[in-house]
Amino acid sequence: MKEIRLMKGNEAIAEGVIRAGCDGYFGYPITPQSEVLEYLMANKTKERTGMIVLQAESEIASIHMVYGGAASGKRVMTSSSSPGISLMQEGISFMAGTELPCLLLNVVRGGPGLGTIQPSQSDYFQAVKGGGHGDYKMIVLAPASVQEMYDFAKLGFELAFKHRIQVMVLSDGAIGQMMEKVELDEQVPRWTDEEIVKLHPWSTTGKTPDRERNIITSLDLNPVKQEIINRNLQKKFKHIEETEVRFERIMCDDAEYLFVAYGSSARICQKAVSLGRAKGIKVGLLRPITLFPYPSKELEKLAKQVKGMLSVEMSAGQMVEDVRLSVNGAVPVEHYGRLGGIIPAPDEVLNVLEEKFIKENLLCKTH
Amino acid sequence: MTEEIIIAGFGGQGVLSMGKILAYSGMMQNKEVSWFPSYGPEMRGGTANVTVIISDERISSPILNWFDTAIILNQQSMDKFENSVKKGGILIYDPNGITRHPVRTNINIYTINAADESARMGSAKVFNMIILGAFLKLKPLIGAEYMRKGLEKSLPARHHDMIPENEKAIDIGKSLVKQTYTLN
Amino acid sequence: MQDTLTDAQICQPENMVYCRTALMTQAPLSYCPGCGHGTAHRLIMEVIEEMKMQANTIGVAPVGCSVLAYDFLDIDMQQAAHGRAPAVATGIKRLYPDKFVFTYQGDGDLAAIGTGETIHACNRGENITIFFVNNGIYGMTGGQMAPTTLPGMKTATSPFGRDTETMGHPLKITELIANLPGTYFVSRQSVHTPANVRKAKKAIEKAIQYQKLNKGLNFVEIVSNCNSGWKMTPLESNKWMEENMFPFYPLGDIKVPK
Ligand SMILES: Cc1ncc(C[n+]2csc(CCOP(=O)(O)OP(=O)(O)O)c2C)c(N)n1
Ligand code: SF4
Ligand SMILES: [Mg+2]
Repeated sequence: MKEIRLMKGNEAIAEGVIRAGCDGYFGYPITPQSEVLEYLMANKTKERTGMIVLQAESEIASIHMVYGGAASGKRVMTSSSSPGISLMQEGISFMAGTELPCLLLNVVRGGPGLGTIQPSQSDYFQAVKGGGHGDYKMIVLAPASVQEMYDFAKLGFELAFKHRIQVMVLSDGAIGQMMEKVELDEQVPRWTDEEIVKLHPWSTTGKTPDRERNIITSLDLNPVKQEIINRNLQKKFKHIEETEVRFERIMCDDAEYLFVAYGSSARICQKAVSLGRAKGIKVGLLRPITLFPYPSKELEKLAKQVKGMLSVEMSAGQMVEDVRLSVNGAVPVEHYGRLGGIIPAPDEVLNVLEEKFIKENLLCKTH
Repeated sequence: MTEEIIIAGFGGQGVLSMGKILAYSGMMQNKEVSWFPSYGPEMRGGTANVTVIISDERISSPILNWFDTAIILNQQSMDKFENSVKKGGILIYDPNGITRHPVRTNINIYTINAADESARMGSAKVFNMIILGAFLKLKPLIGAEYMRKGLEKSLPARHHDMIPENEKAIDIGKSLVKQTYTLN
Repeated sequence: MQDTLTDAQICQPENMVYCRTALMTQAPLSYCPGCGHGTAHRLIMEVIEEMKMQANTIGVAPVGCSVLAYDFLDIDMQQAAHGRAPAVATGIKRLYPDKFVFTYQGDGDLAAIGTGETIHACNRGENITIFFVNNGIYGMTGGQMAPTTLPGMKTATSPFGRDTETMGHPLKITELIANLPGTYFVSRQSVHTPANVRKAKKAIEKAIQYQKLNKGLNFVEIVSNCNSGWKMTPLESNKWMEENMFPFYPLGDIKVPK
């Protein structure tokens, strides 16, 4: 039988990375995710698996430590919340330019500025459209439960190394702070140094006579070469868009109206779906699990079936742009969001859906 | 079965840990559970609350604005959550320190004198277990053996010697809870 | 009989007094003629070669004139963002405690934008080695004022000389980090004369050797010229360095193990 525990989202991902064979964590405290570093420290990872955990002097230092560790072929990560992730954009861009794998966790809080420590989803653009400089994308995973916080540690490292890309787990204060049941799996062993040399021949582990020297750099002063480098990056992102889309359909088969929501908003919409169904409204939920790559094709399909889509986010309307791009005008797409750390309630979002689509439709019919 | 509960009071009354023990025990009994706290500076000395859901099915929203049961431990929380109890639901409160008692007529209302009783027992620490007992009397969702397992899991090993005292407090809570308003 | 020797006759092993360092690549150095960066590169590579440490070495290149150091040094290297090399090296060294990990940084990189990373890596006693080339100017971007620019010194962004009242004072970061318990060996050298090169090489040897002891961070500053940025000939720049830089940044060991 699998081991089960009641854990906070932040603890679950910390346990998840240990069990996924993570080699190094570098981070700096910030609410609402400090439990990650605290949990790792309390768990004596050095003794447990050999994993290194270091509290850095800033998020800037953290991300560059990750950059160093990633270049040497190890499984490394950092975690932070919105203001800290802003500081990390430089290092993330360097990792994008050097195609280094790593796991990043953003437990989003409301902004802009110091904002609030309450949950928010207002860092969608930053995560999905490339927050730092240059043309790049990361894979973005959006957990909607504590179990997924745990699971996405392992999945995140797998995807990161499969595509040599940065994987961001885009969570929020609600998922980070809440406790749910988590099923834990077996410890994945950390790679040995010999395995790393074999598995990741590109890594800077010391030049041995049997190979050329390895250089990790994003610099090429020749624009012609730089264009080729960039085109190859784009090819990789395209490939990821074709192969790594993940989503969950909830009550979509006969849906006439659709919520589109990720993370904690998806949980709220899931409840709204059952409230709506109880009232006889045929409503479903599409929950994107990967935000990049985005489940555009699935939404395009659903646009042929439903009469309207409501994108529910704890933001002023960020993901809704991707929903609109996906359906390309085929059906009306509306946005509903709460800001500043306020979490909408299930009946609140259902009311909005009714107001925006169903009541309006009635009006249209009477006129 | 799905039971949606809010527990609200002052930070330091054991609100969060009561919720955690309840959630852990539910999980030991193979239920789906979620525990969603208020967090951050809000909690320093101020009010603390936690939403606990225990269900036979996958839990959708861990965040709610209507509850089957509200357990209320200070006036601020009474003001905030009295109206969040679903029609026909229950409200349990400790009258100690409450200046404005609940007035709803479409719910069942109970009191539990946990502050007095824990003072009598000479242990402020069992306050929240007495409250929990009152809840379990009214909503016997979790068997005693699972409550014990929940206590074992949620208390650090060095406090395991206190489990019998906690169990006793739960029993006292069960016997002390009083109905003050009955919905017909 | 010939009265002059042919090239082939001269190029005999017994006549060899100096050769290209094997761990320098064939790529021509991109530095201005007369610049100290090239000599500093060569010394570090010589020592790594002599210690047979190539397979065990990971270097971190900065942003600055030496941004392309990895083109010249035949070892595994990673390019870091401006100022972040000590953090990058920390990440590597923590995961590979048995490798020799070093950074090579300029004064703008190490003592301005990267001050935080520098001080904290030193203060944590990271077992890395930092080579710090202090030329008192931002060479790469065209000669702007650096944190180490001397009072009164003219640069592109202090065209009337560094006015300490409004532009602050030159930062003696090496003395500063020598005071931290996390540093083990701290030395200041130069590479502008053969005698100084020999001394600098000794310091570099120590800074590399000592990393094996795991006693903390080893740090060698090389006070160097930037003839282009200073707008001087190489010879003038060396003279100016002796007369102006050395009095403010005196050469010698600053912190030695007891
Ligand atoms: C974030 C960032 N800011 C500014 C620059 C531009 N820049 C490149 S090199 C440099 C100064 C380098 O000076 P120094 O470290 O003294 O090295 P030197 O060229 O003198 O050897 C600056 C400001 C940059 N690359 N990145
Ligand atoms: S600009 Fe200065 S530091 Fe840069 S290569 Fe030229 S002389 Fe050297
Ligand atoms: Mg310089």
